Amino acid sequence: MMDCTAGIDVGSTYTKCVVLSADGEIIGRTLCPTGFKLGEVSSKVLAETLTDCGLKREDIGYVISTGFGRHQVKDKDAAVTDLTAGARGTAFFFPDTRTILDIGGQTMKASRVDENTKVHSFRLNDKCAAGTGAFLEKTAYYMGFKTEDIGPLLVTSRESVSISGVCAVFAESEVINHLSQGTAPADIMQGAISSLIKRSVQLMKRVRAEPGYTLVGGLLRFRTMVDEVQDKLGHEVNVPDGDLVQFAAALGAAVLGHGRMQQLGTGSGLTVATSVA
Amino acid sequence: MAYAAGVDVGSTQSKAAIVDEDGNLVATALDETGANVVQAAEKVYEQALRSANLREEEVDYVIGTGYGRYKVTFGNAQVTEISCHGRGAVKMFPETRTVIDMGGQDTKAISVNPDGEINDFCMNDKCAAGTGRFLGAAAVALDLPLDELGPTALKSDKPVRISTTCTVFAESEVLSWLGKGKKLPDILWGVHQSIATRTIALVRRVGLEEKITFTGGVTLNVAMVKALEDRLGTRLNVSEQAHYIGALGAALFALDHILESRKPAAKAGVA
Repeated sequence: MMDCTAGIDVGSTYTKCVVLSADGEIIGRTLCPTGFKLGEVSSKVLAETLTDCGLKREDIGYVISTGFGRHQVKDKDAAVTDLTAGARGTAFFFPDTRTILDIGGQTMKASRVDENTKVHSFRLNDKCAAGTGAFLEKTAYYMGFKTEDIGPLLVTSRESVSISGVCAVFAESEVINHLSQGTAPADIMQGAISSLIKRSVQLMKRVRAEPGYTLVGGLLRFRTMVDEVQDKLGHEVNVPDGDLVQFAAALGAAVLGHGRMQQLGTGSGLTVATSVA
Repeated sequence: MAYAAGVDVGSTQSKAAIVDEDGNLVATALDETGANVVQAAEKVYEQALRSANLREEEVDYVIGTGYGRYKVTFGNAQVTEISCHGRGAVKMFPETRTVIDMGGQDTKAISVNPDGEINDFCMNDKCAAGTGRFLGAAAVALDLPLDELGPTALKSDKPVRISTTCTVFAESEVLSWLGKGKKLPDILWGVHQSIATRTIALVRRVGLEEKITFTGGVTLNVAMVKALEDRLGTRLNVSEQAHYIGALGAALFALDHILESRKPAAKAGVA
């Protein structure tokens, strides 16, 4: 049939893949840790997604890669930046999006988009772990917790303690000080979240954020992140349901694949993506 | 004979130095700072007393310095580590005009005059990139003891370029180079060069004037000394006693106080 498309997003921490049907429905998605072999992990995640939706490689008419490791993806027709793909994926969920905040494992991105999902300006934090998921991971690690413990831990937090959040390495002494004063790990974790959100709101201001806020990226799985951003912005924000927050860029790449097929005259002509499986 | 002491409580290690009234270094001691800072200061001071064969009452004045200087509960006064490093470096190497101090958690560049007084300084204490912690992170990622980092790095013939700034990201970059089959010495030499580059940027901000004295715990790392010397195109003053320079400076300030108080119209106070 050849009219499905796939988007592969090779992120710093996880690699995500989305398969979109001919009529623009998400029919498969998987993710796995990126690791160090970017080429291999992207082939693996594509194969797993195909198995997941019961398709074969030849059913996919167009593959677009994105994310920091997009050029290492061997089996692809094109590569696009994660900002372009992210904008397209976010519009798929929320067509009114004007400002996107994407917080991933090792980067934080804020971008402004117009009604045609064109990116007008963006700011990145990819040089310093203090503004990324790595900051939360390190904070958890200093307290003897693993990454997967962060979610359950946050649920039990009663109040947030102040964490300066300037450096993920130096946070260690701050965390130890709090622990020695008897602060609950959950409250320290919540403090780390607050400091991360403070940084992300600053980043959003630098792109002159406008209402129509959509939050994506792996860290938005934590509901408290969403609440904190809303609180700081004083405005409602859109967040894709459940694990879909992690797939915005992969989905955007798959949507762009449909556009390319249409241009080439091989696709079914998906124009407006509307539904989410 | 009167004695003066300095106790330098650093983020990672605590150091103590004792000088006699002619300003000669008579004893030093070093220990890990750990979580109990007060105790670490006491312990390292006791070690220095023992090695000088002195009783506590024979030392007339003690000055605390370093980030934990207010935890030196037995100290008579505190002086910042910047002043102490300047003073100590000029004592050890009188022609010193610039001091590079690289410790466990921060890196400082200090410009001093011939009397060991501070003209200007700059420090990297908000971000772990370019500090001893960057080396510590590489050691953990590569599972090597700290004292093997330098000698291993010097075996490199084709250094890898470390592109990340952040210490946290460098850990994964180091592992990814290992995954790509790069040799351990080449990765490590790249790590040292990356720290040297950041350090020299810091030094330029206070003005680079020779001679340059390298102090702090990282002076024990031969590759770090070489990386800095290569980039600066000059030799650094390095002493095996270099990590005691802060404590020595503090002891000299303490001695000033003793000598000052002996003058007839003595005005108490420490510079």
